[in-house]
Amino acid sequence: MAAKSIISRPVYGTLSPQPGKHHLFVADAEGALAITDLAAKAPAGFFGDVHIIFIPGHDGKHVAALEALKPAQFYQGHSFASALPRLKQTLANAHMGLRLYLAGTEGLIGQAMQAALEAGIDHTSIQTEHRGSLARRMQCVHCKGITENVITQPATCSHCGLLLLVRDHYSRRLAAFQGVCINAEDRSEIPPMEEIFR
Amino acid sequence: MGITFRKETFRDDFTFRNSPEHIRRFPFPFHEDSYMYAVNIEPHVVGPKGSVLENLIDVDEHYVAEMQDRALVLAEDPLRCQSLPHMTLAGWDLLELLMEQQALGYPEHFTLTRDGDRWRWINRPLGIDDSFTFGDVSTLPYGPMEYITRQSQGDFCILDQRDGNLWMDAGMVTTQADWSLDFDIGMNFFEWHAPVPLAHEKGIFTRALKFLTNIQQGKPARRLNWTMTVNPRLDTSPENYHKWGPDRATVTPENVGEKVHLRVELQSFWRLPRSNGIVFPIRCYLIKMDELVTQPKWARRLHRVIRDLPDELANYKGLTRYRPTLVEWLSKLDDGSPTSPGFGPD
Repeated sequence: MAAKSIISRPVYGTLSPQPGKHHLFVADAEGALAITDLAAKAPAGFFGDVHIIFIPGHDGKHVAALEALKPAQFYQGHSFASALPRLKQTLANAHMGLRLYLAGTEGLIGQAMQAALEAGIDHTSIQTEHRGSLARRMQCVHCKGITENVITQPATCSHCGLLLLVRDHYSRRLAAFQGVCINAEDRSEIPPMEEIFR
Repeated sequence: MGITFRKETFRDDFTFRNSPEHIRRFPFPFHEDSYMYAVNIEPHVVGPKGSVLENLIDVDEHYVAEMQDRALVLAEDPLRCQSLPHMTLAGWDLLELLMEQQALGYPEHFTLTRDGDRWRWINRPLGIDDSFTFGDVSTLPYGPMEYITRQSQGDFCILDQRDGNLWMDAGMVTTQADWSLDFDIGMNFFEWHAPVPLAHEKGIFTRALKFLTNIQQGKPARRLNWTMTVNPRLDTSPENYHKWGPDRATVTPENVGEKVHLRVELQSFWRLPRSNGIVFPIRCYLIKMDELVTQPKWARRLHRVIRDLPDELANYKGLTRYRPTLVEWLSKLDDGSPTSPGFGPD
């Protein structure tokens, strides 16, 4: 679990079945386990109105477990980017009564929430559960480039190359933590890089 | 007679200076010899003649140079001015407020004439004479917020009020003390203040939000905030921190007086009539140590404030690297005698 931090840093809960007409799940990797845990608490027939968008990652685990829930629609994506057009269309065509559930890495939850916000869904109505890696999606405040899967503190911007302090300050709109040059005042100071977002 | 606008720069050769009259009107932010956060909000009413509160929207000798510096920042980085799609009406509210206030306070420099929706705005210092239709964005060269804030000193945040919270949904932010509009836009009051140390625990933001969401039209409020800046640089954005950060390592006992500046923000809060938003102008005043210490009371008091500031606050304000040099320099101007109550010079 992520440690307690500042107020802008997202906090995640535990997925639970919500009253609604349709249920859209977006998950990656171990996020599948949040869905199967929810299934144990779900009323009979719940998965008859469920659409799951799942990005298993390279090991391909958990696909069978999700298919066994017999959701009305199941989609397996190669990456979040390849799943995004489908997610956007689903959100654009959604009616009142759609409930959204996001589970898995922070990067997945953040980017799926970003798409939902753009579709006009209030962030407080979205169920989230963090599972798996604590790797961060980071925006460089200097060049504005996004670096995915940041696991070190500090981290190097994959666009401009500056050494960045990965802050806890988080933007839902950008679906990213903020990275700020850690040695701006004296570039010769190079703090050790530690793997802390595992 | 009007204001004599200085020709000066806030970058490169840093020719910014305050005239003797502007030193005496500087909004010194410490009413006692120490500093800690407080909800120091008070009604924004007109103050004494010759003070920065003589008019509710202050225009001073730095106006033209500040507007030139803003244009340079925006040319480099247009993301410093952003407005989410639902904020256009609030932009018109702000345009009205700033045109009315500037024309009211400085009729020799600004004139607003209105015939229904057909408005004419004359800004003599910047050589602008535009006629436009109020509410029709196609009749202005920029959106209403950008148009008027390219002609008004200070940063401007427009906050949308909903769900009992305030949301940073539009802004013109080119002279900020190290926060990013591009990152914070769309956040609520607690989220964009998240990185501020100590104040959340003291309940400062909960009380401040309660106050701000109850601000009424025609009854603006204000508070002062402060930090310090090395060199008179307006653009101390996080975006450019890797460019201005090295300045902090250049402070020496010999150049403190010229390089180190007290940076005071006069923040005011106004309810906007059509959108029900709140506009939050952040007007920045800079004064170099050499200028500030011409007022002995300010020199003594600033020495005590900076010397005794909690480390967390000093760090947040970015003073850590040069604080010892600054305190040593100021200590020579502090004979230990008491300071008179209140903000003003003796």
